[in-house]
Amino acid sequence: MKSLEELKAIREKMQNQVGLRKEDAETTRVIVGMATCGIASGARPVLNAFAEGVAANGLSDKVVVTQTGCIGLCQYEPIVEIMEPGKEKVTYIKMTPEKAQEVIDKHLMRGQVVAEYTFK
Amino acid sequence: MYRSHVLVCGGTGCTSSGSQAIIDKLNFEIAKNGLDKEIQVVKTGCHGLCALGPIMIIYPEGTFYSRVTENDVEEIVSEHLVKGRVVNRLVYDETVENGEVKSIQDTDFYRHQHRIALRNCGVINPENIEEYIGTRGYEALGKVLTEMTPEQVIDTILASGLRGRGGAGFPTGRKWQMARNFVQDGGQKYVCCNADEGDPGAFMDRSVLEGDPHVVLEAMAIAGYAIGASQGYIYVRAEYPIAVKRLEIAINQAHEYGLLGKDIFGTGFDFDIGLRLGAGAFVCGEETALMTSIEGNRGEPRPRPPFPAVKGLFARPTILNNVETYANVPQIILNGAEWFASMGTEKSKGTKVFALGGKINNTGLVEIPMGTTLRTIIEEIGGGIPNGKKFKAAQTGGPSGGCISPENLDVPIDYDNLLAIGSMMGSGGLIVMDEDNCMVDIAKFFLQFTVDESCGKCTPCRIGTRRLLEMLDKVTKGQATMEDLDKIEKLCYYIKENSLCGLGQTAPNPVLSTLRYFRDEYIAHVVDKTCPAGVCKDLLRYEIEKEKCIGCGMCARNCPANAITKTDYIAPGKKLPAMAIDPDKCVKCGACMDNCKFKAISKK
Repeated sequence: MKSLEELKAIREKMQNQVGLRKEDAETTRVIVGMATCGIASGARPVLNAFAEGVAANGLSDKVVVTQTGCIGLCQYEPIVEIMEPGKEKVTYIKMTPEKAQEVIDKHLMRGQVVAEYTFK
Repeated sequence: MYRSHVLVCGGTGCTSSGSQAIIDKLNFEIAKNGLDKEIQVVKTGCHGLCALGPIMIIYPEGTFYSRVTENDVEEIVSEHLVKGRVVNRLVYDETVENGEVKSIQDTDFYRHQHRIALRNCGVINPENIEEYIGTRGYEALGKVLTEMTPEQVIDTILASGLRGRGGAGFPTGRKWQMARNFVQDGGQKYVCCNADEGDPGAFMDRSVLEGDPHVVLEAMAIAGYAIGASQGYIYVRAEYPIAVKRLEIAINQAHEYGLLGKDIFGTGFDFDIGLRLGAGAFVCGEETALMTSIEGNRGEPRPRPPFPAVKGLFARPTILNNVETYANVPQIILNGAEWFASMGTEKSKGTKVFALGGKINNTGLVEIPMGTTLRTIIEEIGGGIPNGKKFKAAQTGGPSGGCISPENLDVPIDYDNLLAIGSMMGSGGLIVMDEDNCMVDIAKFFLQFTVDESCGKCTPCRIGTRRLLEMLDKVTKGQATMEDLDKIEKLCYYIKENSLCGLGQTAPNPVLSTLRYFRDEYIAHVVDKTCPAGVCKDLLRYEIEKEKCIGCGMCARNCPANAITKTDYIAPGKKLPAMAIDPDKCVKCGACMDNCKFKAISKK
C-alpha cells in the first residue's frame, strides 16, 4: 500500500466489522434477527432498509446496524431490536421495509418509539 | 459479513488460565454447527478484568462471560450462538441487575474508566493489522505525513500536556523538541520505546503490546517524523513472549502494507523499527542503561547530562518514551491537543493506566482520567477489599514509589500530588494493602528487590541499599533501637542524594514513606518488640488458651516441629488435658491455628 486512499479503503471495509464491537455510551444499536426464521419472513429487505436509511439520514456515526440470530420468537419475525444508551431495549415485530422507514424517521431521528409495531 | 463476533481474551492472564484451549474448542464447535460463515472468533488483548479470566464477550449483544472453561464451550455454542439464549450461569454477575443483563460499560469496574491507551485492548485482534486500521489505525500517521510539519506535530504534543507515563512524568513534547532542535551534522537520530517494564505488580505496558501492538509502531513513526529519525528500536523484556511475538507479527504486517519501511505513503519519509530483547534486569528500564544495553554492552546507567536527546543511542540524539506514552500519541493527533488537555488535572493531562493488585477484589488493569481519587479506584472500580478487611495503605510506583495512607485516599491522583504525599506515579502499579500487611515488612520487600537489582556501578546504591536492608531486618527481628530509626532515615536521604541513576535515587522511597505515615508501626517493632499486623515471624508468639482447649490434639498432629505437647491441666467442663506450645521449638508456621476447630490458639 502506498497511498492514503488505500488506507481509507481498508478502514471503511473494516469499520463495519469492528463497529459491531463498539460499546461506547453514545452508540445506538439496531439489531435485525437474521436466522432462518427471520430471513424466511423477509428480514433481509428490512436489514437493507435500515442500513440504507441510517446512511441516508447521516446517522452512521451514532447508529450501528447489525444482525443477530434467532431469539426464539419466530412467529413474530422479522424482529428488530433497538438499543439506545441508557434506555430500555425496544423490540419491533413483523417488520417490513416500509415500517423500517417509519421507525428510522420517528424513533432514530426524533426519539419517539413507534408503539404500534412493538412487542407487547 | 459475520453476524456475531466472539471475543476471547488472549492476554497473558487469560492465556495462563487456558484461553487458547477455549478458542480451539470454539472453532471446532462452531464448524460442527455449520456457523463458521456467520460467526467470527477473535483472539484479543487484555480486557482488564484479569481476576475473572478467561473472559469471553459475544457481540453484538455484548454478553460478558467470565471464568469460562473448555467444558462450557459446547453449551455456549449450542445455546447462545445457535439458539440465541444467554448462558446465565456464566454471565459476569456485576452485569446482571434485577434479572436484566446490562452493558459491561455500566458496571462499577468499567463505569469510571476512560480508555485511550487501552482503547483497542480486548476489542481488536492484535495479530490483524486491518482490524487496527478499521479503528482509525495509521490515520494519524497519514495525517502527520501529508498535512503537518514536524514542528506542528511537536507543538500539538506540547499543547496536549502529555507527560511521560513511565514514571518521572517529563513532558513528552519537550523531549521531542530537544531532539528535533539538535541539528549538528544532519546525521542519524533514533526513536526508542521503553518496554522494559519491571516493577513488581505492573503489567500495563505488556497489555498494550499484547492487545494493540500497532499503536506503538504508529506512534514511533510519528515521533520519527517529528524529530527527523528514520530508525526506531523497541526494547522489550524477553519474559514477555506473547508481547514479543505480536510485535514481530505487527512489524512484519506494517512492512507488508507499506506502513513501515521506505517512502511511507509516497511522502519520501522512511522509518523502520527493530526489536531488542532485554534479559530482565530492572536497571535496564533506566534510559541510559537501556540504550547501553541496545548498543550491546552491559546494561549500566551513565551520568546525565548529556541527555539522550543530545547524545543517546550510539552517541546520537535519541528520544525514549514508554509504551503507554506512545499509545496516547495517535489519538492526540487525530482528536487534537485540546481534546486531550480537557481531561485530567491542571498539570497532568489525559488518563493513566493502573495495574490493580494486592488485597482487592477486582485485580486487573484500569485506565482512569488523571485526578480520580484513590478511593474511587479502590472502593468502586476495584470492588473493595476482600473479606471485609480494613484498608491500610496503597503502594504506587513499585520499588521507586511509596505508600499512600488512608488519610490521603481522597487526594486526586496526578504526578504532582503523588510526589507531594511522598509517593510517585511510577509506571502505574497499584498494590492495595489491608490490616494484615506489616508496613515494615512491605518496605523490606521492596528494598530487597532494589538490592537484588542494583547494577553495582555506584557505591551509594550498591552498598547503601544493602546496609539499609540490614537495618530494616534488625527492625523486623526486634533487635533495633530508636537510634537505628534515625540512622535509617539519614541513610535514605544519603542514598537519594548521591546515587547515579533513578534506581538508587528512588530506592529508599518505600522506607521513607512508610516511616512517614506508619512510624508507630516501626516504633512498635523497636520498643514493644511486637509486629501489630502479625507478619514478622521473629516477633510473633502462638499461644494456646488453656481454658478453651479441649485437648483433641489436632494442633500437635499438624505441628511440623513437634512443638506442642500435653499439659497436666484440664479445663473445667473439658475431658482431656489442654495442650501447650513450646516457644523454643515453634517455627511460627501457623498450622496449629489453622487446624484448631475451637479457636483456642491465638497469635500475638
